[in-house]
Amino acid sequence: MWDYIKLAVLGLVAVLAAIAANYAHDLAYQVNALTAMLAAAIAFWWALRTAGDYRPQPQNEYNDGVVRAGVIATALWGVVGFLVGVIIALQLAFPSLNFEWAQGYLNFGRLRPLHTSAVIFAFGGNALIMTAFYVVQRTTAARLWGGNLGWFVFWGYNLFIVLAATSYVLGGSQSKEYAEPEWHIDLWLTVVWVAFLLTFLGTLWKRKEPHIYVANWFYLSFIITIAMLHVVNNLAIPVSIFGSKSVHLMSGVQDAMTQWWYGHNAVGFFLTAGFLGMMYYFVPKQAERPVYSYKLSIIHFWALIFLYIWAGPHHLHYTALPDWASTLGMVMSIILWMPSWGGMINGLMTLSGAWDKLRTDPVIRMMVVSIGFYGMSTFEGPMMSIKSVNSLSHYTDWTIGHVHSGALGWNGMITFGALYFLVPRLWGRERLYSLTLVSWHFWLATIGIVLYAASMWVTGIMEGLMWREVDANGFLVNAFADTVSAKFPMYVVRALGGVMFLTGGIIMVYNLWATVARQPARSALTAAIPAE
Amino acid sequence: MDNLYTVTRQFADSWGLLGLFVTFVLVVIWAFRPGTGNTYEDISNIPFRNEEKPARVETAREASGAMFKEAWK
Repeated sequence: MWDYIKLAVLGLVAVLAAIAANYAHDLAYQVNALTAMLAAAIAFWWALRTAGDYRPQPQNEYNDGVVRAGVIATALWGVVGFLVGVIIALQLAFPSLNFEWAQGYLNFGRLRPLHTSAVIFAFGGNALIMTAFYVVQRTTAARLWGGNLGWFVFWGYNLFIVLAATSYVLGGSQSKEYAEPEWHIDLWLTVVWVAFLLTFLGTLWKRKEPHIYVANWFYLSFIITIAMLHVVNNLAIPVSIFGSKSVHLMSGVQDAMTQWWYGHNAVGFFLTAGFLGMMYYFVPKQAERPVYSYKLSIIHFWALIFLYIWAGPHHLHYTALPDWASTLGMVMSIILWMPSWGGMINGLMTLSGAWDKLRTDPVIRMMVVSIGFYGMSTFEGPMMSIKSVNSLSHYTDWTIGHVHSGALGWNGMITFGALYFLVPRLWGRERLYSLTLVSWHFWLATIGIVLYAASMWVTGIMEGLMWREVDANGFLVNAFADTVSAKFPMYVVRALGGVMFLTGGIIMVYNLWATVARQPARSALTAAIPAE
Repeated sequence: MDNLYTVTRQFADSWGLLGLFVTFVLVVIWAFRPGTGNTYEDISNIPFRNEEKPARVETAREASGAMFKEAWK
């Protein structure tokens, strides 16, 4: 019965999407509608081929298929996102790379949101969903809830990414940073996200372990908060149901405040809480010892939850935002430094007694550097939120450097660590193909990040000082174009750092592929354990 | 004076603030309550159990349910 309902719904969606493509007012919407039609048609074909099949959900096995798919998606989207990043870094250094024939499609303005969304939502999002599914099953000792709902989350989320990416290139954007997708894509993401929440909650509900391990607290807070942020920040009325354009419910300073309440908590709950869930599982596993202090992890969790949500106004210092609001945001950001470092210490001290592993295990080295960058960027962030520092740093490249030491250093490195941890286990291989290649990846990535962050500090502070420099008569000394030409060498160094990081990513993809393809499966270890 | 902004603003910087702060302090006290050493040690070892497969199905009830279904056929 369910199979017939599924076929009917998919068929209906395909027809409606075809109609929408026909009546589309703009190209971005039309391509989105055609993509949706194609996706529905493929899903229809698949549902037809498998209708009536017996689909077992053995409760004495984990659902790892969807995690494997997530690993592949994470690794591939990662390389794509880094590549687009390198391209736009080179476009900034060498503006002639904004080719005339590609104007309006592949110029910096169109590619920049493609890069941010590819790394944050495609690479980071797939990493979060995939590890959430892995960790929640292992720490609850229960199979993923909802049968194949996990697969719906995987395919639905990646469809969202394809829709968003094609829409950006063709000009569909509601011009909210990190929330660029237009209303119809937002609605689809909401559906997928509710399914994600249900899968996660359902697995927690039927857990066999009486306690909920701290990693799951972080994952759950990430899922719930992102749902709330996404819905509130995307409250908009479409101009037509056949077009991309929509109008936001809020305007002016309210809209700005909502946007940065969203924007900073996307950092706080997507890029921090979710990835801390990874840290609290994969670091103890790789170090083969439990987390340093479980009590500290509880304090870490609640302190982050109580504080992060207030920090958004520090993005709007010296604007139309009321002074009390930006002061509040600044104060909360500074207090936030403490729990962040508590968490960093907790992660690092998990290795106490196992520090020798740093010499032999490049994967744990990656995780430790990642926690180090977490500590560094959670110190830099509060510092930059102080109004007087912000008056120098805001709108300069320092911000971009800060973001990347967090995103490449913390999010990137912990994800690489998780990928190296997962691939041998998920595909039943004895070990990684090559630890030497992991070391190459580690050093390329680390040096790449250092080049990136250092060049952005220099250019950011230089640019900030040049902007505010006045002569004896009170006239500004520099034109904007003067700062642009002064930044050229640092832009080249930044692009070089990006190339190194990308190269490391490509080495990782090869190493992970070879781990599976060039090594025999682990000898029947999983297959023939007699029932106890 | 009595518009929504003013009312919510006044609540936020008085009772709301106090309530959230007290809740947070209670959470911290709860985490440090005495006699939890073994519990937390047990929880922090969860990642080292059940790596390969889920915990065994809680025998009695579900197993007898399965037997009942067999007999029903």
